[in-house]
Amino acid sequence: MTYARRLVLLIGLCVLFATLAVNNAYPGEEQEQTAATTRRKADPDMPKYVVPPPPLSEGIFPCSQCHEGMEPNPTRRELTFHTEISKGFNHAKEQRWCLDCHNPDDRDKLRLASGKLISFEESEYLCGQCHGTIFRDWKVGVHGKRTGYWNGRKVYRLCVHCHYPHWPKFQPLKPLPPPLKPDHIKYRKLSDDEIPRNPIGDISETVYKYEKRR
Amino acid sequence: MKREDKKTESRFFSRRDVLKGAFYGLASLAIPIGSADASVWDAFFQKHFREMNKDEVGAVIDRLEKEYYKKFGKKFDIKTTEAIPGTLFGYGLDLSRCIGCRRCVYACVRENNQSRDPQIHWITVLRFKQGKKWVNDLEEAEKYYYPGEVPEEGYFYMPVQCQQCENPPCVKVCPTQATWKEPDGIVVVDYNWCIGCRYCMAACPYGARRFNWGEPRIAREELNTNVHYLGNRPRYKGVVEKCTFCIQRTRGNPGRYPACVEICPVGARKFGNLLDPKSEIRYIIENKRVFRLKEDLNTQPKFFYFFAT
Repeated sequence: MTYARRLVLLIGLCVLFATLAVNNAYPGEEQEQTAATTRRKADPDMPKYVVPPPPLSEGIFPCSQCHEGMEPNPTRRELTFHTEISKGFNHAKEQRWCLDCHNPDDRDKLRLASGKLISFEESEYLCGQCHGTIFRDWKVGVHGKRTGYWNGRKVYRLCVHCHYPHWPKFQPLKPLPPPLKPDHIKYRKLSDDEIPRNPIGDISETVYKYEKRR
Repeated sequence: MKREDKKTESRFFSRRDVLKGAFYGLASLAIPIGSADASVWDAFFQKHFREMNKDEVGAVIDRLEKEYYKKFGKKFDIKTTEAIPGTLFGYGLDLSRCIGCRRCVYACVRENNQSRDPQIHWITVLRFKQGKKWVNDLEEAEKYYYPGEVPEEGYFYMPVQCQQCENPPCVKVCPTQATWKEPDGIVVVDYNWCIGCRYCMAACPYGARRFNWGEPRIAREELNTNVHYLGNRPRYKGVVEKCTFCIQRTRGNPGRYPACVEICPVGARKFGNLLDPKSEIRYIIENKRVFRLKEDLNTQPKFFYFFAT
């Protein structure tokens, strides 16, 4: 091998390793490159962890499939198509209507107050422009749920995974049963079928669905 | 007189021989003949967990895996993962977020193989009326609340579990040293060393320890076979158990969050390394309003209740 060839090989390897190191915060956990992930990577404040895609209603996205060519109408009114949203809408009702968040021109984008367009996958910027303190807590992992590894790859949730954007108050839940009182204690040995079953199954089924690779 | 004494001594058995024989004879009756395989003796002569070398621990694990297979018909994987150097686990619970839904209680039961009958829960969720005394006086707490939906107007909730004290009173009182604090701060119990005296339960100011009053029963299909020797392996009747910060999950590189952290639907539960200045638990302690339960008792819990808003 000539000296020049060796040099080229060396440089090539360096470039390869450099790109690998940049792309993977945690090796072996490659993430699909989207506009949202690139933007999060560029922002030094943003978590370098996985944020799953938003829980868009089935068949509703992209918005442009219906809104293409439709004239944007900014007036407050009873909607004829997204009826449940206009009926249930409860998110600073007086100060806000559709086009304050949804972009009128490119309907598949959200719009910040600054006029900057963002995708649905990075909606945390939109929520964060009003809820700044919560946004700050979310970034460091204090607000909101996250799963994964305490010393490794973590999976965040977007604001909209827990707070439906059109009525964002966290919805009440049915609690699981209280502990048995001492007078419920049974004095006989139960058969295998009589043993009470746990109301929660294996958490990998309920929790880890967000952790699947996008 | 002297002559007669000599006569009695010259019989077949001396008094000492008779007593010896009777002792050994009775002792032999104590051997469980029905199940007198080697494992019974191995279990009886098992050394204290922290005094065993690697081979001895390996032998104990093999024996237990066989024992569990015989008992449950399932293959258990019993880990003995040691503490990761440079870790001290800390836990945060956001009281301004908790809605008292008890998901944590049952995720813990499932993950940690708590007995379903008699029922054992490691986490107790307490409900307090707003404006009433709390923290210093848990007597007014309600743990049997069961409304149709939570959170309820006018109430707030505080889950309590083992606080993993840095100065644990339960460890001090244990007469057999069957419970101790690990280097990463987790207080563990060796169920093969515990004699069930329940001194630790009396000493714990948080009511965090549970006793197996009966043979623990779990439906076979709900057994978690991924276990740690000092954590969620199946327990025996007559031993004490408690929260271990999911030692089988958290001791890993990478290590998972505890089950209660991962199940919490409101994200009120936080977990991390207190020695890592960049961990979320450190951020909470440095930036939020934090308190520890019954701090005046100098137990120094590593369980931090906080208010994020």
